[in-house]
Amino acid sequence: MKVQWDLHALAPLVAMTVTIVVVLIADFFFEYRERFKTYQLAAFGTLAALIPIITLARDGGTRSLFGGAFVVDTYTLAFQGFFLVVAYVTLLISVDHIGEGDYYQGEFYVLVLTSTLGMMIMAGARDLITIFVALEMISIPTFVLAGWRKHDTRSNEAAVKYFIIGVLSSAVMLYGMSMVYGLSGSTSLSGIAEYAGSAGTPALFSIAIFLTIVGFAFKISAVPFHFWAPDTYDGAPIPVTAFLSVASKAGGFVALLNIIFFGFYASHTSWQPIIWVLAALSMTVGNLVAIRQTSIVRMLAYSSIAQGGFMLVPFAVAGAGSSKSASFEAVVVYILIYGAMNLGMFACVIAAMRRTQSDEISSFGGMSKYSPILAVMTSAFLFSLAGIPPLAGWFAKFVMFRSVLDAGTTPAVILGVIAALNSVIAFFYYAGVARAIWFRETPEGIDLRPLKTPFALNAAIAITGSFVLIVGIYPQVIARLGELAGAAL
Amino acid sequence: MDWFDSWALTLAVFLPAVGLVLVLATPKAQEQTVKVVALLTTIVTAAVGIGILTRFNYNRSGSLQFVVNKSWIPVIDARYHLGIDGIALPMFALSMLITILCIIYSWNHFPEPHNPKAFLALILLLEVGMNGTFVAQDLILFFIFFEVVRLPMFFMIGVWGGPNREYASIKFFLFTLFGSALMLLSFLALYFKLGTFQIPELARLHGVGIAHGTQVLIFAGLFLGFAIKVPMFPFHTWLPDAHTEAPTVGSVILAAVLLKLGTFGFIRIALPILPSGAQTWAPWIGLLAVIGIIYGALACLAQTDMKRLIAFSSVAHMGFVMLGISTLTTFGINAAIFGMVAHGLITGLLFFIAGSVQHNYHTREMSRLGGLLQQAPRMGWILGFAVMASLGLPGLAGFWGEFPAILAAYSPAAGLSEGLFRGFMVVAAIGTVLSAGYLLWMYQRVAFGVPKDEFAEADIHDVGPAEWMAWTPLILLTLALGIYPQIIFGVTDRAVTRIFGG
Repeated sequence: MKVQWDLHALAPLVAMTVTIVVVLIADFFFEYRERFKTYQLAAFGTLAALIPIITLARDGGTRSLFGGAFVVDTYTLAFQGFFLVVAYVTLLISVDHIGEGDYYQGEFYVLVLTSTLGMMIMAGARDLITIFVALEMISIPTFVLAGWRKHDTRSNEAAVKYFIIGVLSSAVMLYGMSMVYGLSGSTSLSGIAEYAGSAGTPALFSIAIFLTIVGFAFKISAVPFHFWAPDTYDGAPIPVTAFLSVASKAGGFVALLNIIFFGFYASHTSWQPIIWVLAALSMTVGNLVAIRQTSIVRMLAYSSIAQGGFMLVPFAVAGAGSSKSASFEAVVVYILIYGAMNLGMFACVIAAMRRTQSDEISSFGGMSKYSPILAVMTSAFLFSLAGIPPLAGWFAKFVMFRSVLDAGTTPAVILGVIAALNSVIAFFYYAGVARAIWFRETPEGIDLRPLKTPFALNAAIAITGSFVLIVGIYPQVIARLGELAGAAL
Repeated sequence: MDWFDSWALTLAVFLPAVGLVLVLATPKAQEQTVKVVALLTTIVTAAVGIGILTRFNYNRSGSLQFVVNKSWIPVIDARYHLGIDGIALPMFALSMLITILCIIYSWNHFPEPHNPKAFLALILLLEVGMNGTFVAQDLILFFIFFEVVRLPMFFMIGVWGGPNREYASIKFFLFTLFGSALMLLSFLALYFKLGTFQIPELARLHGVGIAHGTQVLIFAGLFLGFAIKVPMFPFHTWLPDAHTEAPTVGSVILAAVLLKLGTFGFIRIALPILPSGAQTWAPWIGLLAVIGIIYGALACLAQTDMKRLIAFSSVAHMGFVMLGISTLTTFGINAAIFGMVAHGLITGLLFFIAGSVQHNYHTREMSRLGGLLQQAPRMGWILGFAVMASLGLPGLAGFWGEFPAILAAYSPAAGLSEGLFRGFMVVAAIGTVLSAGYLLWMYQRVAFGVPKDEFAEADIHDVGPAEWMAWTPLILLTLALGIYPQIIFGVTDRAVTRIFGG
């Protein structure tokens, strides 16, 4: 096997790696009060890494590296760009939160960027080993991040739970992968696809697929493998929660996209029923439990489980002939839109908690009185998550339903109806927060003077907010991106 | 004027959005500026509307005019496709008129907690959605506009509403959201069966290419979406709550325009695209419609709150509209469209008056009211006029909504059971008697007699300038349409013929 070094194709990864190293070293040399420079370096490096992505996109074409283990095509680039932007917004929402608390700043940024690098590798991974390495690279920094508030027992609990479940799921997944390799004789997804497509795959292959998917189900916190998520989300610092529920989850979904659409696809009778069940359970359980939450962070944790269920719906119907590319595009579009609206939502929660000092939904009462703009933006993200037009969320739901009806099989339509009912249930708890903000009085002890929020946080809300509005009115921008990514199939 | 023809509908739909941005950009303290900007926006929008009314070719009212058809989301085949025909024209005009009247009416008494800036912003957003729904010719575009009205109404009820507003607003939202979710699934099913989202093309196919069984299923999804919005019995329970709690202007917009989005959906989408599905469902729709008529009327007789009574009367009136639609005849559907417009004008007026009564007496409990004709004679007479119009007195608009709908049930479309529909006809006719009963009973309790002791010395304002300005157009139109119904029938008839492939 001749190793090719296409430096242009690797440039985004190289730029990110250089940024990580520079941030790590530079942090030693900054005085304590200059620590914000670490953040500036990290943000600059993240944006700089976007440049080669743009030049690569202009060049077009597919670049295959390391014997097909790493591929750079439109799909890879779309997600690499997405992960960089998500990382940038995460930095924006973290900087003041981390700077004001008693935290170690330099390391925080290094860990966020390292996890992002793992996601960028995942976007191009077309080999079981690359996928596994990328997945661990995503996960391990986040174990540490979850325990960032190290003097807080809840944060410690969050980290330990996350770590143990993460390791367990990796083990299950690896076991599945090793069986896949044993049967197909190949770790590359194209080799596995060839094997899956050949006649007479043994039942053992189905078991291998099952174990692999269960491993991923832990990572994307699909019901019934979701138990770690609420506690971890609740205990971790909120910017970390935002990062976990958006970037890390998207990383898991990208891995699932890779492995299913490029590897297992032909054996859809094996994986489709599993994902059908995961999707139906995640939507329903996630939503029903979310209704009962009084803490906004826990509510968002369960909401992200439910949203993950919606994202799994296109997978569950992808096997029916014509719907392959529609399903693929639906997942891509859903992830991109979900990322923007959920990050925006967390940015608003962080902004509001600067005043309320509490994550109880009731403490958000009367927000419209001291910060009308923040109240409008929070409501916009809530209703976008609920899928109400003209905010971006509707289009995510729309493409999801579209893939369901494109498949048109009975199980697909049943899943579609379950999804439709769930989108109604979901509205109830999203609206619950909006009700507190607009309809209720401000709780005692809340300062009613106008709320000033830091510039970086405002910028994060502005970026995600304008995305949600623009995509909501003119979804073509994101739909086209999904279509380009779909060309990778 | 080619320029006008190609931009008119876009302007009419999105000028309120421009106004909305301007209102939001104006500082909250400058209340007067905010009000003027909002009013001017709706007036300019209505000027565009008048331009459309004058340049509309009434001899070709069956075909779409002022068409805009541009690329919007090519990836999913959705287009920015607007157009207006004889069915949409009256509703389009009604929606613009009602918006202006609502802003004028609110001018000096914004409901608590005041905040005119937010209130007017919501009204303008409502107008975008309402105008857009009536002229959208693409299913996805229709869906977006249909949905856009829900958020502002949710906030209007929830923030400015009565004591039980939270419950009412969330109930309103959940009911209609449930309907829309299934409606969207049906739209997608249509797309995968027929390969397009364009309403004119789908209507031209007239059901060719979809098996009967599939049509019945898809129609069921559309039915739920539209019937909840109308609302038809048994999906009506959100309506009395929403109306009772909503601020006056919210009730007026809800009754005058938002309910029509549902019936309009039946006429524009469900009937022409799925004719054989409609055949199967028509008897059920007719049945639910007459149940709604009787149930609404009986519920009215049990009300103590004036506004809640008017809300239940809406259920009954929309029953007549749905009965007209269920006959699947051009006669019945013409009647239904007339009924929609008439109900919009008359019930809008009734809710305005109920609002003013509440403003004066701080109660809507009919047992505490009385003697309106003594204390505020003009308001009392206008209420009397609205009541007469609502109960279907010949010579006023309400008559032409109810009577032809009943008549249409005498001979429903071929394939529908005559006996059954004649049965519906009899029940509906009994409904008109009941409606006269509850409306006159309400009028008697509110307006006749002497004022109750607690209000005997109260300072009651008769109709003020803002009220005159808001109510006069409604009164005049009710009268004009009652005397010369051809104004509406002449516009709608050709377009209605098209529904049945004519």
